[in-house]
Amino acid sequence: MKYESQAVAKPYFIAAIGLFLGQILFGLIMGLQYVVGDFLFPAIPFNVARMVHTNLLIVWLLFGFMGAAYYLIPEESERDLFSPKLALAMFWIFLVAGAATILGYLFVPYATLAEMTGNDLLATMGREFLEQPLPTKVGIVIVALAMLFNLSMTVLKGRKTAINLVMLVGLWGLAIFFLFSFYNPGNLVKDKFYWWWVVHLWVEGVWELIMGAMLAFVLIKVTGVDREVIEKWLYVIIAMALITGLIGTGHHYYWIGTPEYWQWWGSVFSALEPIPFFMMTVFAFNMVNRRKREHPNKAAVLWALGTGVMAFLGAGVWGFLHTLAPVNYYTHGTQITAAHGHMAFYGAYVMVVITMISYTMPLMRGREANSPVAQVVEMWSFWLMTIAMVFITLFLTAAGILQVWLQRVSTEPMPFMAAQDQVALFYWMREVAGLIFLVGLLLYIVSFFIKGKAATAT
Amino acid sequence: MWFFILAELLVFGVFFLAYAFARMRNVELFNASQLELDRISGAINTILLISGSYFVVRAVDQIRHDRSRACAHWLIAAMACGGTFLILKLVEFGAKFEAGINMSTNTFFMFYLGLGFFHFMHVILGMVILGAVALKAWKGGYSASNYGGVETGAAYWHMVDLVWIVLFPLIYILN
Repeated sequence: MKYESQAVAKPYFIAAIGLFLGQILFGLIMGLQYVVGDFLFPAIPFNVARMVHTNLLIVWLLFGFMGAAYYLIPEESERDLFSPKLALAMFWIFLVAGAATILGYLFVPYATLAEMTGNDLLATMGREFLEQPLPTKVGIVIVALAMLFNLSMTVLKGRKTAINLVMLVGLWGLAIFFLFSFYNPGNLVKDKFYWWWVVHLWVEGVWELIMGAMLAFVLIKVTGVDREVIEKWLYVIIAMALITGLIGTGHHYYWIGTPEYWQWWGSVFSALEPIPFFMMTVFAFNMVNRRKREHPNKAAVLWALGTGVMAFLGAGVWGFLHTLAPVNYYTHGTQITAAHGHMAFYGAYVMVVITMISYTMPLMRGREANSPVAQVVEMWSFWLMTIAMVFITLFLTAAGILQVWLQRVSTEPMPFMAAQDQVALFYWMREVAGLIFLVGLLLYIVSFFIKGKAATAT
Repeated sequence: MWFFILAELLVFGVFFLAYAFARMRNVELFNASQLELDRISGAINTILLISGSYFVVRAVDQIRHDRSRACAHWLIAAMACGGTFLILKLVEFGAKFEAGINMSTNTFFMFYLGLGFFHFMHVILGMVILGAVALKAWKGGYSASNYGGVETGAAYWHMVDLVWIVLFPLIYILN
C-alpha cells in the first residue's frame, strides 16, 4: 500500500464479504424452496428470498467495486484520496441504508413497505432487481455521486493512466444508467425497454469497463509486465465490450412488444459479446506467462486467471447459448437463463472483486502476501466455489433443457408447475452443489484469520 | 487499430451473411422492394467514397515526401467527399421516410435502413478521424519518418469505403 488513504477500501471489502455470505444463505433457502415449496413459509416466502438473494448480490458487488476504486484510483493517480473522510462516511450511509432495506424486505410486507417509503410520490418499486424503496434509490445516487466527486478530484489532480480513466468512466456510467431506475412509464413495453438500460447496460456495458480496469491493475502488479502492453489490451477489450454490448441490449427486445428488427440487431451484436470476454482470458494468461517477477501472492494470481476463464464460460459461452432470437424463442425465461446468470455473475464480477480483495487485503494488513498456509486455504476455497458453481450451472442447464422440452417443444406441452415437478432431481443436485459453494465461502472467510509467517518473493 | 478494423469488418460481415440468409427465404419481397431504391444516388455515393479513398492515398504519399500542408489538403478533400456522401444519404433516407417506409415496413427495408444508418455512423466517425489527422498534419505533427497516424486514419477510411463497396451492390443491385 503506497498511500494511507487507500486503507478506506478495507471496510468496503469486509462489508462485501459479509453480504456475500448473506446472499449465499438466501440462495440456499430459495434453492430448497424449489423442491420443498413451503420451507420457512410464511416467514420467508420465495419471492422475498429471491429479492434478498439478488439485491444482496448487487449491493455487495457495488461495495466491492467502490472498495476497489478507493484502493486503485489513488495508487494509479500517485496521490492520496481527495477525502478519505467522505469515503468513510459514504461507507456507513450505504451500509445502514442497505441493511435497513434488506430488513424492510424481510419484516414488512412489500406493499406496506412501498406505502411507508413514499412510493406513491414517485412509483419506482415492484420491478425485478430494482425493488429498492425510493429512499434507498436516492441514497444509492447520493453515495455514488459523492464517490465520483471524491475519485474524480483525485484523478484530476494526479497522474492519469488508462486504468484509472477506464475505471472512472465505468463508474460514471454505472451512476448515470442507474438514473433510469427512476423512470417508470405506465406503458409496460416502455417500462421494460428502459429497465434494461439499467440492468443490461450495467452488466454487459459499463461494469465490463470496471472489471477490465480492476483486472489490468492486478495483472500489472502481480506480473510486472510493462504498463504499455497491458493498457493496449485494456483499450481493445473495452472497445469490443462497448461495440457489442451497447446494441447487444437488443437481445432483450425480442418478445416484449418492441419492433421486430431487434431480433436481427440483438442477435448479431450480442452474438459477438463473447469476444471481449475471450480476450480477457487470453489477456490474463498471456500476461502471467510473460511475467517478469514471481509475486508471493499466488492466490491473487489464481483468482485473476480464474476470472478470465469463468467470465468467458459464464458470460460468453452460456450467454451465446441462448442469445440468438430463434433459440431464445424457446429458452426465454427458463432455467437456461438462470444457469447463465449464476455463472456469469460469479465468473465475471464475483471473481474479479475477490481478485482485487485477494491482492489488496494483505497489503492493507501490512504484508505483501499472506502466509503460505493461509494461501493454501484460500486456493482451496477458490476450487470449491468454482467447481461448485460449474456444477450449479450444469444442473440448471440440464433442468432448463428438460423444461424447454416438456413445456414448450413436445407435442403435448406441460403446464409450468407440472414441468417443474419433472426437473426436481436437478434442483436437488443444484442444492447440494450450493452447499459445497457455502463450504468454499466459509473456508475463504477462515483464510483471513490464519496466521503464520508471511510469504516473500522468490 | 488493425484489430479494431477487423472487428468492424466482422460485424458488417455477419450482417451481410444475415442479409443473404434473410433474402434466401424471401427472394420476391427483396427483389420487389429493391426496385424502390434510388440507384443513381447510390452510384454517385460509391464514386464519392472511392474518390475519397484515392485522396487519402494521395495524402499518405504527400506526407512521405514531408509535405504536411499538401497532406492536410488531400485529407480535407477526402472529408468533403464524405460530407457529400452524408448529404446524399440523408436526402435518400428522407425520401424513404416521406414515402412512409421505416425499419418495420419489411425485412428488406429493415436491412436497407439499418445497415445504411450503421454505415452512415461509420462515415461520420471516419471523417472525425481524418479531421483529427488533418489538423495534426496542418500543424506539422507528422513527417516523412513519422506518419503512422496518417496511415492509420487512411486504413480506417479504406475500411469504411470497402464496406460500402460490398453494401452497395449487395443491397441496391444484386437480384
